[in-house]
Amino acid sequence: MASPRVQQILLEVLDFDKPDPPARSGATVWDRLCASVTTAVPVTGAGIALMIPSGHGGTLAATDEAAGVIENLQETLGEGPCLNAFHDRRPVLHPDLPEAATRWPAFTPAATQAGIAAVFAFPLQIGAIRLGVLDLYRDAPGSLDTLQLTEAIDYATAATTMLVDLQHATSPGELHPQLADAADEHREIHQATGVIAAQASVPINEALLLLRARAYADERPLLGLAQDVVARRVTFSPEVDHHE
Amino acid sequence: MSREQHVAQVFVELADTLVDDFDVVDLLHTLCERSVELLQADAAGLILADQRSVLHVMASTTAEANIVELFVLQNDEGPCLDCYFTGKQMVNIDLDEVAERWPRFHAATVAAGYRSTHALPLRLRGRVLGVLNLFCTERTTLSDADVDLGQALCDIATVGLLQERTLRQAEVLAEQLQSALNSRVLLEQAKGVLAERATISVDQAFTLMRAYARRNNQQLIAVAAAVIEGTISESTLQAPNS
Repeated sequence: MASPRVQQILLEVLDFDKPDPPARSGATVWDRLCASVTTAVPVTGAGIALMIPSGHGGTLAATDEAAGVIENLQETLGEGPCLNAFHDRRPVLHPDLPEAATRWPAFTPAATQAGIAAVFAFPLQIGAIRLGVLDLYRDAPGSLDTLQLTEAIDYATAATTMLVDLQHATSPGELHPQLADAADEHREIHQATGVIAAQASVPINEALLLLRARAYADERPLLGLAQDVVARRVTFSPEVDHHE
Repeated sequence: MSREQHVAQVFVELADTLVDDFDVVDLLHTLCERSVELLQADAAGLILADQRSVLHVMASTTAEANIVELFVLQNDEGPCLDCYFTGKQMVNIDLDEVAERWPRFHAATVAAGYRSTHALPLRLRGRVLGVLNLFCTERTTLSDADVDLGQALCDIATVGLLQERTLRQAEVLAEQLQSALNSRVLLEQAKGVLAERATISVDQAFTLMRAYARRNNQQLIAVAAAVIEGTISESTLQAPNS
């Protein structure tokens, strides 16, 4: 946690004399960290996601549209590099994304179409406790060498340090506003999961799978479908949707 | 050696103190020594505030009693106190001119033989954690570049303090964060479940759960978990006296 390079990164990206700007202002410490890593490591863009047991927990920052696409795809499809990095507790490196088609049959073609040719995901964790992922992507294939990987991991460590430090400034049980804003992006997805669980008489985890399956079948983003579910414009029922 | 080289060397030297068994007092001490070198001062002290905003000397270049006293009495008056409360850099203060403003402080600096002083804030996210206080036996004027350098040293100290405390409390804080994230999800899911069962909006569902939790002195998250598990019914939540 205390390498000199991590200290340099923190010096570069932290807010010293100004309070934290609001979460979506584009000028947060997360935005600066993502921008900085793209200059230090040969990648095109970066994003940081919070993670929860059921998957993507909200995007803290994304340097460009493609990075945003990566985060949204992983949220919608429930598959992708950050989820594997989160579950496996180690970096997930795909220097040539099309080769990951069997691993991520839905994510790979969609991400490739968005111009993403390589992805590298680094978990943000303290021991066994997993908090999020730093996603890096490239618009041309190619791997990161050992030094570049070390640099990326130093950025992940800096991000983890910042997350923990934000919690230090927050009461236990509460989330820092910057993190709450990111987590609240997905609020309707969780609400929809609850609605479906009650409508289809299924456990919560299965309700999320039903929501995802419907979004995939209808070819629409998860959040939009979730909003329709919460507004009762779309309903699920035990007979039609319950799978054994 | 040029100023830039000196700065780079300072950074390396400070970075060398950052190992796994990180000693923050070591870092602060090194910072004091380097600040004296780089900013042509004769003594320096690093002051941190505790939770009650009492200023404590954490490190200084000399343990001479009159120096420590100079820092301690600044809990009542002086550039450190002003710097701590305003967060502003206070530089190039001529000690011959502060007799009216800070009488006790002035007397102490005269006795110690100092003629100028600077105070730079340690800040994080706009809040002041402490102050780097420098004393000079000559009347010293720092250039803008010097002030920037001094501020950079303070920022290095701040980052060191941040890293040390996250290192110390990492697991506890990480668990709190993870738990807070998961609880938020659970609450939203419960809103959906209750909204469907009671045929109300998610906002109304939240209001019901919160009111029930308050009436029964329970945690909101416990009520939410019970809603999801089905161990509490919507009629119970909707009953005004339950």
